[in-house]
Amino acid sequence: MSIHDEGFAPAETPEGIEVRGLVKSFGSTPVLTGVDLDVAPGTVSVMIGPSGSGKSTLLRCLNLLETPQAGRVRIGDDEIDFTAGVRRGQSASLRRHSAMVFQSHNLFPHRTALQNLMEGPVFAQGRPRREVEEEARGLLARVGLAEKADAYPDQLSGGQQQRVGIARALALRPRVLLFDEPTSALDPETVGEVLAVMRDLAAEGRTMIVVTHEVRFARDVADHVVFLDGGVIAEEGPPQQVLLDPQQERTRAFLGRILSH
Amino acid sequence: MDLDLVRESIGPLLSGTIRGTIPLTAASFVGGMVLAVLVALARLSRVGVVRWIAQGYVSIIRGTPLLVQLFIIFYALPSLGLTIDPFPSAIIAFSLNVGGYASEIVRAAILSIPRGQWEAAETIGYSRTMALRRVILPQAARVAVPPLSNTFISLVKDTSLASTILVTELLRKAQEIAAPTFEFLTLYSLAAVIYWVLCLVLSIGQGFLERRLGRHLQPQIAKVEKVRQATA
Ligand SMILES: Nc1ncnc2c1ncn2[C@@H]1O[C@H](COP(=O)(O)OP(=O)(O)O)[C@@H](O)[C@H]1O
Ligand SMILES: [Mg+2]
Repeated sequence: MSIHDEGFAPAETPEGIEVRGLVKSFGSTPVLTGVDLDVAPGTVSVMIGPSGSGKSTLLRCLNLLETPQAGRVRIGDDEIDFTAGVRRGQSASLRRHSAMVFQSHNLFPHRTALQNLMEGPVFAQGRPRREVEEEARGLLARVGLAEKADAYPDQLSGGQQQRVGIARALALRPRVLLFDEPTSALDPETVGEVLAVMRDLAAEGRTMIVVTHEVRFARDVADHVVFLDGGVIAEEGPPQQVLLDPQQERTRAFLGRILSH
Repeated sequence: MDLDLVRESIGPLLSGTIRGTIPLTAASFVGGMVLAVLVALARLSRVGVVRWIAQGYVSIIRGTPLLVQLFIIFYALPSLGLTIDPFPSAIIAFSLNVGGYASEIVRAAILSIPRGQWEAAETIGYSRTMALRRVILPQAARVAVPPLSNTFISLVKDTSLASTILVTELLRKAQEIAAPTFEFLTLYSLAAVIYWVLCLVLSIGQGFLERRLGRHLQPQIAKVEKVRQATA
């Protein structure tokens, strides 16, 4: 299924991400023990790793849903040094650069698809409703759901819900898109329509970090593949290398497990 | 049963219902709900003292009889120099009572909203207050409707306690007519029928409301009932 044909250029300039020495623990359980990561502007990084290795936690730290204990994160010109402590207003400012697509979409069930998209831009960013609505309808059309603008989330299929989730993220005009296993909760027959939207976004030069176990998507779309294990990035590089010729034993073992089914 | 007596008393009884029971119920429910939301939010507050005060209030309301609460407001406060008329006394007592019970329902409803909703609100740039106002409370309100309508229906019957502090509501009217004539059976039966019809109408309304609530809320509603039973 092709969602749209002509290549779009995003309205907002994509930005790069730089993560240094990121440390996050929950209570006494260390999850990230010193993550260094570079994502060039307009590139797609796919993050893989065993369940519980901290992939979600890393994305959530980038979106400030979690506050790391140490290290620093820079997106574009905005930077927080968590070791030094977060100052008032800093998290909100850094968060504005990125938008998150959740595994369980987390759409607002009491709002229509269109309202889901408009909520943030109108009520958090304070942009004019008319302009936001026009843009939101355009985004719904881009993900192939123009005619579902007035549908409530529970009237949509899983794949449609996730496409609205992606459109909602885009409506925030983010410089960076974060996807946390966007297709893992979907029926196999709807995975393709969501991946198609993500391919489009990659093609138009968005900066994206995608946590996924869709190896084909990683091979075709990723500029960079990151293998997270044991609280650090255990291996990274171009997809051909990390996916087809991994240098580390644990990367090989992990790929063996996910490719065997 | 004396049919003439029925015919003569029905007017005053309905007037007691319309001027007493119904406004008393309505005012107390509105007052109680405002309190309930405030107390529920206080119980979810990050500030320990605020949480602690709210919890103390709920504990006192749930741990003492409604009749005693009513008597304290009407009969005991005057000895502290604070005299309140019967009708406002009753509204205050019932509001405080509903506030205590309904706050537990509202709190459970807020807690039943999945964590992902808070997170989605946060990622689109909402503060905690904005998330509450635009994402959590509207969903919690729908979840809370069925248990709150039970509270409302109980309140209709509980307002009969106001007869003990001389509020002329339905039961008081029945007592006033019955006392000189000794027609207790007729008058109290009539009062019972009127309460029953009121509650019947309300529970039909409740069913209607619940059917309009939407399927996606069913799991949350079940969860609220479970939390409520666990804390009851
Ligand atoms: N809020 C939390 N509180 C406590 N532990 C958590 C929390 N979130 C995640 N964890 C723990 O952190 C580890 C990494 O989780 P996560 O980032 O979700 O891994 P992944 O997404 O790679 O499966 C897991 O052991 C998980 O149990
Ligand atoms: Mg995860």
